[in-house]
This record gives sequence, structure tokens and C-alpha cells, in this order.
Amino acid sequence: MTEDQIKSVVFRLLKTVAPDTDPTQLKPGDNIRQSLSIDSFDYLQFIVGLDKELGIQTPEEDYGKIGTLKELVEYVSSRRPLAK
Amino acid sequence: MSAQVESGFAAPVLNDYAALRSSFQWKDAFALLSGLPEHKGLNIAYEAVDRHAASALAQRTAIRWIRKDRTSRDFTYAELRELTNQFANVLEQLGIQKGDRVFAFTGRIPELYISALGTLKKAAVFCPLFSVFGPEPVFQRLSRGDARVLVTTLDQYDKKIKGILPRLPELEWVLLTDAETHLNGKVKSLALLMKDASPEFRIPVTLPEDPALLHFTSGTTGMPKGALHVHNAVVMHLITGKYVLDFHDDDVYWCTADPGWVTGTSYGILSPLVNGITNIVDEEEFDAARWYSILEDHKVNVWYTAPTAIRRLMRMSIKPRSQYNLENLRLILSVGEPLHPEAVRWAQQTFEVPVLDNWWQTETGGIMISNYRSMEVRPGSMGKPLPGIEAAIGEIKDSGIELINEPGKQGNLILKKGWPSMFRTYLHEEARYDKCFHGDWYVTGDLAYRDADGYFWFVGRADDIIKTSGHMVGPFEVESTLMEHPAVGEAAVIGKPEPTIGELVKGFVVLKPGQIPDDALKLDIIGFARKKMGAAVAPKEIAFVTSLPKTRSGKILRRLLKARELGLPEGDTSTLEQS
Repeated sequence: MTEDQIKSVVFRLLKTVAPDTDPTQLKPGDNIRQSLSIDSFDYLQFIVGLDKELGIQTPEEDYGKIGTLKELVEYVSSRRPLAK
Repeated sequence: MSAQVESGFAAPVLNDYAALRSSFQWKDAFALLSGLPEHKGLNIAYEAVDRHAASALAQRTAIRWIRKDRTSRDFTYAELRELTNQFANVLEQLGIQKGDRVFAFTGRIPELYISALGTLKKAAVFCPLFSVFGPEPVFQRLSRGDARVLVTTLDQYDKKIKGILPRLPELEWVLLTDAETHLNGKVKSLALLMKDASPEFRIPVTLPEDPALLHFTSGTTGMPKGALHVHNAVVMHLITGKYVLDFHDDDVYWCTADPGWVTGTSYGILSPLVNGITNIVDEEEFDAARWYSILEDHKVNVWYTAPTAIRRLMRMSIKPRSQYNLENLRLILSVGEPLHPEAVRWAQQTFEVPVLDNWWQTETGGIMISNYRSMEVRPGSMGKPLPGIEAAIGEIKDSGIELINEPGKQGNLILKKGWPSMFRTYLHEEARYDKCFHGDWYVTGDLAYRDADGYFWFVGRADDIIKTSGHMVGPFEVESTLMEHPAVGEAAVIGKPEPTIGELVKGFVVLKPGQIPDDALKLDIIGFARKKMGAAVAPKEIAFVTSLPKTRSGKILRRLLKARELGLPEGDTSTLEQS
């Protein structure tokens, strides 16, 4: 998956938890939750949705490491999809 | 299950519940406070800051503020005295009078704590607002609370305040914590004002019954109510710190609640300071790994958190006792909603320290019912009433309250009125206040029962108020906002049970004729509500329905919607409208 493809999924899913925002305006270093006013529950829903869509499994203890768009894209890129 | 899992720590401050309960007298508790010098009364900020700054504790860290980037800054009691004096002087220069309302709308930054305590020193009334609120809840609270001053940040000002200012003619000053210059005659740089303010301030005469704190709480049938507390409440902050939170002299303590909610003020600012210990403040939101390392790095002794957080931690594979050095941690407490038995057991096994649930609410100003370090914990129970507090189960009859003494029988949880931190009114809503009392009893709105040994057990709310992530959300306030959406004809809002956050806000919407009920419209409505109310209040789910169940008098039957949502029997529908 390319970085742009990951971003496109991320933006689409963010838009469903924060429909009043425009996630495509996020800069790489922006804190996603803060910039889009996403609370801890919404972020959980977002990551769970992302995992499902991309076939990966993000343990909750890692959530703190993926606060910015850049961190998220790098994190996702580094994880191989789980074998079915 | 014994509360005392871990030995080797200092004995509990409250080591014999029954003995203290029978010997307790409020006058002994008040004797532990200093009172203002020259018999000028009782002021919370003096008890929290100045008396320690004038003692051997002057150089002790009062507040350790941990920034988002994990660097930290310590404020000693002596420094805090000067900073809060400066803030009180700023208010003085702005013409703020005793009793005027000063609001804060920021994240957990030092200015929040300084403005809270400085406002109390000026004998003005402090009202914190949750920083995740959108403009509409903020407007409601500022206008209902007659705000004269608002302390906020540039970012919050730009995003949420600027647009509502024209509707707030009584708001005279907006003080921006991070503006380098004054924006105009009304919107000022707090830093500039503080720079010119003297670090010396004489606290004016403050009577124990003078208003001190205003906390908004949600109503079922109306907009939020402002529960007003007085300086006398400080005795509750003091003794609950000792008896429940078990504060010892050199303790480091961390309360994870945000001061925008009552726990974050009573126990995230006041109680630890009144007790002269070190209070940890973390600017960042929940992050499991960060939280565990804060407990380790800052050698936290007592940790006050919430079921939502504990449930999140339960889902993770982190083993805190083996991965982190938590040897200083003596006690964990939880409040906000009942901590289920399995969470109590998990936390006690995982942390190897007692985990104590307790119960109170905005109106009570301080912890009322609790488990104690020295008392057997019954997992799932809220514990027993504080010494000095009389709690009971009662049934409301036309003739008044009828007490239920039979163990295990459910009824209204009630408290004998007159404890020092009891709210004194709902601001401008005396009738709503009076409705909370029946004779000598305050009716809490919670349903509970008491077992044969005197432990209280929470059953549920007697009304439709939603408890989400430990916060109260009033359905009426959310419904009012949903109704403003151009496609919405009618709306009803309930709390839908959710395993992590307790309940999530769910809206049922009847669309206006001609609207298409699709996912895009759902998202549009959620987005609309988020923009107006903020993520903490806005519905996370919307369902389209063709009609809402109502009583014959037209009142929406939210309970029926909830029963349907849960697939439960719908109960008595005899007052349903016939359609």
C-alpha cells in the first residue's frame, strides 16, 4: 500500500468520526485528536475501523505512539497485514 | 476481600471507620483549618495555598505540571502564593467585585490552576468549563452564570469564543493565557496583566457562606444548572483528602479528572493543596503507556481515576507491576460511575494495592460515600458514608420521605441536608433547587440499596441523565441542538450502554418531510452537533425514526426508546399517546 492510499483510508475514516472537519487539511505533524477535536472514544473507534479496513491489529498500548498523521502513516506502513 | 492488599506502607489515616463515625464532630474537622488571619473568615485559597506558603511547606512542590512533551514544571507553595496573588490583583484592576463570576476555558495548563485559586482569593466565584465543549454549551454556561471574566487560550478564543461574544454583553473581559499583546480593549493578554500585577495581595473578609465555586450540571428537562458552592466546602476537601484519599504528609498524588468537571476541581486542585501535598497535573489526554510511566517517574503514591480509564487499561496487555516500578503506589481510587466488581478485582490483582470506589456528585461538593483503605472492600459497592454524612434509602411519598430500612430494597439515595460542601442553590433557579429537597433530605436522583452491613450499592439514575465517560450529559440540551439542524423535525436523546465509556449519547431523529434518511445525512447531523456542542456532548450515533414515543401530555418517553434500544420489555405504556 502506498502512503497516499493509506492517507486516503485514514481521511475517509476520520471524516466518519468527525464529519464536521476536513481531515485532508491535516499537516504531517498535527496531532490528529487535537486538530479534529476527537475524543478518546472516537479515536478508539477510528483505529478499530482502520485495523479492520487494512487487515492489521494495533494494540491499544500503541495508541500513544500514533498521535500525528506522520506517525500514523509510518506506523501503518511498518505493519504487515495479518495472514488470513 | 480485604482492602489492605499491600502492607509495608504507613497506616491508613482513617484506621477505624466505626470508631471515627461515632466520635466524629464537624467542629473538630473545622479546627484543622487555619481560617483567615485576624479572624477575617474562611477562604478556600488561603487554606490551599497561603497557610502552607507561610509554613515549613513553603518550598514543597504544590503542583507539578507535566507538559504534553513530557517536560515538567514545579510550582512550590511559595510560588503559587505569589502567582495567585498576582491573578487576584489582575481581577482587582479589572474592577471585579466579590461574588462576580470568573470562568476558565482552557486545557490543563498552569493558568487554569492559578486563575481558580486567584479568583477565590478575590472572593469572586470560579467556574471551570470543560475544554472540549463546543461554542453552544460554553455560551449557555457563560450566560447563565453571568460571566464577567473568561480566561481562555488564543486557539479556543478563535475557534469557539469570538463567534458567541456578541451574545454575551455582560462578559466584560476575556483574558488570553498565550497572547503576547492585548487584542483590544476587552480581549487582553493575561501574561501582560500578570507582569504588572503585584505578588502581594490581602484576601478580603470572606465568610464561610460566601459563594466560591460554580459547577454546571446537566438537567433532564432543562438547560444545565449552575450548582453554587461556598467557602465552607473546604472542610470537606480537607477531610475527604485525609479519610478517603488517605493523604500522608509527603505524598505525591495524581487525579486524572479534568477541572472542567467537579472531581477535577475538588480533587484535582483543592483537596491535595488544602492537605499540603504535591499534586500532579498532566496536560495530555489518556494514553496508557504515558499514564503508567507518570505513575513510575513521579513516584505517585495515591491515584484517583475513573472507571472509563480502568476499563481501557483492562483491555491492554501491559503488565504494570512488572513493566513499571510502581513501588510507591499505595492506593487507587475511582469515581464517576460505579466500578464493576470485575474491574475492582482486576485492578487489585494488577496493581496489588487497594482500589476504592466512591460516590458523590456535583451538588454534594465532595465525596459522600466511599470505601476506605482500612475497611473491607465489597467489589461493586460504593462503600459507606463519610463520618459526618448521613445517607439513607428512601421512597418519595406525597407526605414526604419514607425511609427504607430493609436491607437490599431499592429506593432513592438520599442525604441528610446540611453538610458543609452541600450546594447552596442552582444559580437563578431557586425552584429547581427546592425540588431537590424533601424535608431534611436531599434527593440525589440516584437509585441505590443498602445491604445488611451498611454498604451502599448503586442501581441506576432515577431520571434520563446520560453518564458518558464519567460526565453527565443532559438529553434536553442535546435535543435542543439537534432540533436546530434544518433537516430535523423532532429529536430524542438517550444514553446507550457501551462497555468502555458507560453510555454513549445516541440521538433518535424524526426528519422533516422530504428529507432523505441516508448515511450522509446522519453524518451531517453528527457533524452539526459536534461543531455546536463539542465531541464530549454531541451524539455519536443517530437513528432515524418515523415518530417518537410520547406521553399523552406530549413528553418524550426516553426510557421507552432506551428499552427498545436494549431489547427490553417496554414496561407500562398506559400514558403513551394514541396514534
